[in-house]
Amino acid sequence: MYLKTFKGGIHPGDRKELTNTVPISDCPPPKEVIIPLRQHIGAPCEPCVNVGDRVLMGQKIGEATSFVSAPVHASVSGTVTKIENYPHPGGGEALSVFIENDEKDELFPEIKEWDLDLSKDSIKAFVEKQDAKEIVEKVKNAGITGMGGAAFPTHVKLSPPADVKIHTIIINGAECEPYLTTDHREMLENTKKIILGALLVAKSVSAEKIVIAIENNKKDAISLLEQETKEFDNIEIFTMLTKYPQGSEKQLINAVTKSEVPSGALPSAVGVVVNNIDTCAAISEAVVTNRPLYERVVTVSGDAVNNPKNLRVRVGVKFSELLEIAGGFKEEPKKIVMGGPMMGIAQNNIEVPVIKGTSGILAFSAPETYGKDEGACIKCGKCVEVCPMRLMPNFLSTASVAKDVEKIKAHNILDCMECGCCSFICPQRRFIVQHIKAGKALLKQKG
Amino acid sequence: MENKLIVSYAPHLRTERSTKALMLDVIIALVPALLVGLFAFGIRAFLHVLICVGVSVWAEHVWCLFIKKESTVKDLSAVVTGLLIAFNMPAAAPLWMGAVGAVFAMIIVKGFFGGIGHNFVNPALAARAFMLACWPVQMTAWTNPVFGKFFSQGTVSGATPLASPDLYALSDVFLGNIPGSIGEISALALIIGFAYLLIRKVITWHIPVIYVGVFYILSMLAGQDATYQIFSGGLMLGAIFMATDYTTSPMTTAGHIVYAVLLGVLTMVIRTFGTLPEGVSYSILIMNIVTPLIDKFVKNKRYGGGK
Repeated sequence: MYLKTFKGGIHPGDRKELTNTVPISDCPPPKEVIIPLRQHIGAPCEPCVNVGDRVLMGQKIGEATSFVSAPVHASVSGTVTKIENYPHPGGGEALSVFIENDEKDELFPEIKEWDLDLSKDSIKAFVEKQDAKEIVEKVKNAGITGMGGAAFPTHVKLSPPADVKIHTIIINGAECEPYLTTDHREMLENTKKIILGALLVAKSVSAEKIVIAIENNKKDAISLLEQETKEFDNIEIFTMLTKYPQGSEKQLINAVTKSEVPSGALPSAVGVVVNNIDTCAAISEAVVTNRPLYERVVTVSGDAVNNPKNLRVRVGVKFSELLEIAGGFKEEPKKIVMGGPMMGIAQNNIEVPVIKGTSGILAFSAPETYGKDEGACIKCGKCVEVCPMRLMPNFLSTASVAKDVEKIKAHNILDCMECGCCSFICPQRRFIVQHIKAGKALLKQKG
Repeated sequence: MENKLIVSYAPHLRTERSTKALMLDVIIALVPALLVGLFAFGIRAFLHVLICVGVSVWAEHVWCLFIKKESTVKDLSAVVTGLLIAFNMPAAAPLWMGAVGAVFAMIIVKGFFGGIGHNFVNPALAARAFMLACWPVQMTAWTNPVFGKFFSQGTVSGATPLASPDLYALSDVFLGNIPGSIGEISALALIIGFAYLLIRKVITWHIPVIYVGVFYILSMLAGQDATYQIFSGGLMLGAIFMATDYTTSPMTTAGHIVYAVLLGVLTMVIRTFGTLPEGVSYSILIMNIVTPLIDKFVKNKRYGGGK
């Protein structure tokens, strides 16, 4: 069977067998949560609580400061003990709210218990009576951001420019990063909430068609979703080829609709909005119960971890606690990464907190994670062959090293999304993405 | 523990297919043709291979030491170059000639220009062209193959099948029962190597297939026996193992196509109108020099780049 995909890309081996059959388990709430006020792409939040305040679970503690921003909420009930800078898993430090858990999990009064029957008729009727603007407003108030990793505020995606017609919603279940299985498990365990979330997204931008795109290494999820969406005429399940970066927004749009998002533009330019699987589940919660995004599923995996797991955790719990719950280390980890191994961020400190965009915590002991010395570019063209943006990564890397601003501009450095295919494939083990990042910084500095 | 964590930019996974692994695959792909060469030309072929490979590796190592860079012999590219130089030698050529060729390839062509990745022409072919210019008689004194007689010298035959096509049957030309350079005689063995390179994804099919295809069509149009033409001389060796050299061929598939078409045309022109019967080496050398130009003008259409 022909499987849908894009041009370029790599096959790094998915390594998902460690956790793809492990059901999501609830992680006990920690004694203390540390919630950074910088959780997403866009402006960081301003704190709206004070030290000494008692906060309830789901209460807003950080106020969005601009449109491209999302509020932050308490993930436990308890007392605010500190508001100060703390190491952030995205790098550097961020202003963070420390909350001591009173172990009562007392919900903020606006939040209801889930009371919606998830039968097909009930879902249809519920979606029917929702107002588009209200959905976006609820998503915004719930502080929902993309949960695949980049953490772009979701309400921004659901507010396309007035003159743009959105025809298709793509629900991204590709989960192309090796090791990660949060979307996979959510699709299996939370199927109906995801379908409801997808319908709500479509309603909010009045799109006719919904495509749920899943890589063919998740056959159980594909057949379950196919069965569950049978009675929804506007939902289609697409089976995608397992290839990295299939779940990259632009590549997924290309594979599903055959159109290309113009350089520098957002998906709405081609009439598409893409949302992640986990994000859809969070949207359902927000619309039905007003529950903000303060917990998420995290895959804790990697060859250095004793019992790899999928955990439903509170935002603000420390990495070290989750690694402990996953049985600790079976051997000394050499590298700890937040996110997937292709685009994730290496950590120098495992006391950092989980944020809304933390899809995985991976601990590696294997030598493959070492940075090796790089050789000279042999112009083999393998990076050119795999680049999903069809750039020339080798030229970008050598020109960045040579600080040749004209050349990096001419080769469209800003189109690079740093997916890492070029560095992965390079037989000379050049740090191509690293050079390109430096090149982008150089371009910014010199205009 | 925190101080011992490695922090580096993503990606945190790398392919196992390093340059060394790729070069090892090229060496494996050269083995069938090497065996035919050894079987056909005996001890002299063996000595040529030993000397060319040995001197190539030694020259690269010494050069790296001399310019105080880390030695790159471990990537096996010098072994490949050495093998290809030996493949281009007639068995009867003096043994020292291959050594001179290897030094020329590794130091003047590769080392002077910055080592691996920086040579602007294929080092093995440049060495062949250099030797052909210096010692035209010895470099074209091909012997008849003496299958199985390991210590036999073989008789010098003045002509390759290219120069005198009536002498040899097509099946002999395809299998390798013809006079020629050590590694070029058996089209079959070279094609087996090609299949291996494709399976291992070391190269794509474009350059060899288009190069030979274009040449075949032109040869047919010129009224020649095209099948005979593509299996004789250095065309298969050149198209599969020399024209596909990473550093000196274009980077995009579109570039590969332009490069291969021009190679086919050039080889045809040289074989038909040149004074030498063989045109593969010079065609590839010329196209090596054109490669940066192709890379400048033949680019992939980038995603979302519009028209």
